Amino acid sequence: MATSDIEIAEHNLQHHFADMDQQRETSTFGMWLFLVTEIMFFGGLFCAYLVYRATYYRAFVEGSQTMNIWLGATNTAALICSSLTMALGVRCAQTDNRKLMTILLIVTMLFGLVFLGIKAIEYHEHWTHHQFPGPNFSFPEAEANGVNPQNVQIYFSLYWAMTGLHALHMIIGVGLVLWITIAGARGLYSADYYAPVENVGLYWHFVDLVWIYLFPLLYLISKKHSG
Amino acid sequence: MATAVQATVERENYLNHDYSLKSWLLTRDHKRIAILYLISITAMFFVGGFFAMLIRLELLTPAGDLVSSDTYNKLFTMHGIVMVFFFLIPSVPAVIGNFVIPLMVGARDLAFPRINLLSWYLYMIGATFALVSMIWGGVDTGWTFYTPFSSSYSNTHVVGSALGIFITGFSSIFTGLNFIVTIHRMRAPGLTWSRLPLFCWSNYAASLIMVLGTPVIAITLLLVALERLFHIGVFNPALGGDPILFQHLFWFYSHPAVYIMILPGMGVISEVVTCFSRKRVFGYEFVALASIAIAVLGFLVWAHHMFVAGISVYAALVFSLLSYLVAIPSAVKVFNWTATLYKGSVRYDTPMLYAFGFIGLFTIGGLTGVFLASLGIDVHVTDTYFVVAHFHYVMVGGMVLAYLAGLHFWWPKMTGKLYPEGWAKLSALLVFVGFNLTFFPQFIVGYLGMPRRYHAYPPEFQVLNVLSTAGASVLAVGYVLPMIYFMWSLRYGEDAGPNPWHAVGLEWMTPSPPPTHNFDETPVVTWEAYDYEHQAEIDEEVAVGH
Amino acid sequence: MSTEEHRQHVIASSVYVVIWATLMVLTAITVFASFIELGELNIVLALTIATIKATLVVLFFMHLFYSSKLTKVTVIAAIFFLFLLLALSMTDYLTRSWATYPAH
Repeated sequence: MATSDIEIAEHNLQHHFADMDQQRETSTFGMWLFLVTEIMFFGGLFCAYLVYRATYYRAFVEGSQTMNIWLGATNTAALICSSLTMALGVRCAQTDNRKLMTILLIVTMLFGLVFLGIKAIEYHEHWTHHQFPGPNFSFPEAEANGVNPQNVQIYFSLYWAMTGLHALHMIIGVGLVLWITIAGARGLYSADYYAPVENVGLYWHFVDLVWIYLFPLLYLISKKHSG
Repeated sequence: MATAVQATVERENYLNHDYSLKSWLLTRDHKRIAILYLISITAMFFVGGFFAMLIRLELLTPAGDLVSSDTYNKLFTMHGIVMVFFFLIPSVPAVIGNFVIPLMVGARDLAFPRINLLSWYLYMIGATFALVSMIWGGVDTGWTFYTPFSSSYSNTHVVGSALGIFITGFSSIFTGLNFIVTIHRMRAPGLTWSRLPLFCWSNYAASLIMVLGTPVIAITLLLVALERLFHIGVFNPALGGDPILFQHLFWFYSHPAVYIMILPGMGVISEVVTCFSRKRVFGYEFVALASIAIAVLGFLVWAHHMFVAGISVYAALVFSLLSYLVAIPSAVKVFNWTATLYKGSVRYDTPMLYAFGFIGLFTIGGLTGVFLASLGIDVHVTDTYFVVAHFHYVMVGGMVLAYLAGLHFWWPKMTGKLYPEGWAKLSALLVFVGFNLTFFPQFIVGYLGMPRRYHAYPPEFQVLNVLSTAGASVLAVGYVLPMIYFMWSLRYGEDAGPNPWHAVGLEWMTPSPPPTHNFDETPVVTWEAYDYEHQAEIDEEVAVGH
Repeated sequence: MSTEEHRQHVIASSVYVVIWATLMVLTAITVFASFIELGELNIVLALTIATIKATLVVLFFMHLFYSSKLTKVTVIAAIFFLFLLLALSMTDYLTRSWATYPAH
């Protein structure tokens, strides 16, 4: 016998809350606050980016030439699509549409994996061209364009740090979506208890948000394109 | 009489309902988590104190003869790291806040009990990283980790220490997140914001800082670690990096961090002053809003730590002006506490003695902070003992005294026992005298030019340094005594009863120690905060309600 | 309590699809605009479009438009404090060249 929405909700009511409304509002507010900390966490990197782009603009232009705009744009599109399927998936949780929710969440994860796959290809490219900061860094194009290769190395330090941190958050995001997909498929959520789905959705959209800024800042610095 | 004692012993409370180790290590009860923090933080306090003792021993003589300069660098670094990140920042929120806030708002627990437990484990893991780094050879960069020394040139355990702080930072973030959500969403019926105890307001303000500021130092220390491991050059001028960028990012958190430390302490003082004057806090709204103002303004002043670092003089002017502003809400609080005492029925129990000490010493520390906000004075006294004295006046004379005040005030609630008042008053006196003897000479010797972080100094400064070390010895005794009598009280202390101070507040309307679920029925609040005038009516209403 | 009236507002699927389409179009605009030489304006345009996209994601995909005032204030506070970090740091970097010190 399938458990009713109300039974699922009551089963998940934690003892220190008066009712499910309070629990749901509390958990969503908690997730938003966590995202606030994430904004400040990435914010430190954005601050470093801002300072160095202002100081070494031409070196940043040179560094960004090595970025493949089309791969970056595809990744942006992939994440936007994944946000759509995620949002629709949360909607399915709200409307008790378990089967469609499972499909949409799986598609969300697939888009995420596409993103990570393309990122891996890009990273491999940069790695084989010695565009990784450290003792093996080399950027022969720098002198040709009158730019200090050390400053280009700073561009790449920020590139790897910012996209790396973002990719780490994507991996965690895929893991979280996997968790709610499995739990959802097993019927653990209902129209009256879907807070975990909503909150994972909030996290997922946030990761998309960060990329929305990373793409123009790292890939589209100048009209000059050779990638 | 015997039956009453027996009933107290037998009643179920959060301490006795399960004695197993597992029930403690997997608890979700905010009260047990507070006790876990109490034990860990006390241990770290004595680790930090140990380093302080070695520093003061070295400084007894002008020559650097006790330890090498490299070792001395490690001593003041580790003293700073342990005291700032592992004692001062968590102390009042994690120990007292965790225990008392759910009780004060009439809730059964914090909003996220499991995250609360996670906070403690993160603290322990971070502390382990830091301690292991210290045992394996230490770190010598100063608690401020300035680059490029920390990121490129130091050959000590920077990454381990930085990771320890990084992990503990998330402990702080989760505690702050928990407090904000709890205070917004879990107040008992009738408990409006304007009836909320000022301790909640202060911890709320501190939590805002924890949530907004800590992530920035987290990413900054991560960048330092990456720079050490991969030589990326973000902060190394030899590779085109800017060491001042590190300082901007570091102090963006570390200045508001001092308000994370002091605001909860101020919250304790609000509670203690009102209870032991038996009077409502003068200007409640102003004190509440001053807490928020301190939190917000605190984010605008960080570069006053960088006046001589090489920042633009125009930026320095802006930060200097803003730094004067942040003193104002703190002053408002001091005026209001003092006005609360006026025509109050003052009792001189130990918590109140610490509160008096706080008000005086915090004022001195705060005023010297205003001196430092002035660019001209700052250029003269930066990196001297004047600065060291300033921050010890606010952090020890202020914060530690407030923590001790809070421990003494809520000890009966937490344990159901009374500590011996005579010994407690003696300790408070020793702490006050010892503290002033330790740190007042440092104002003088700093103004005269003795630099900080040096283990050798010109012989003309020796007398003041000897006085300082003597004071530190007295202070140490003042710290050790409470350890002893608090432990003694657990076994031999008199039973406290639910409200030994006859205070107004929800936490005093439940037994001592409280039952696991805090309140048998959710209380309904119909009275204003600290309504001592109507205490009899409140007591009756609550009794009838039960 | 789990009755109909306590349930959250459910947004129509078409709204999500329209937002998605808008985001895709804006992304295309960003990419093609980056091929046009606009000097200083390039970065302004790119960040403006990024901010519009971010706003759409936050308001509709993350339901902020339908959320409580408290949640809205929380998000605005985060943006404000990030802005403080960036702006006040830049007061240093942008004004360093204003003061030139005479050689001794």
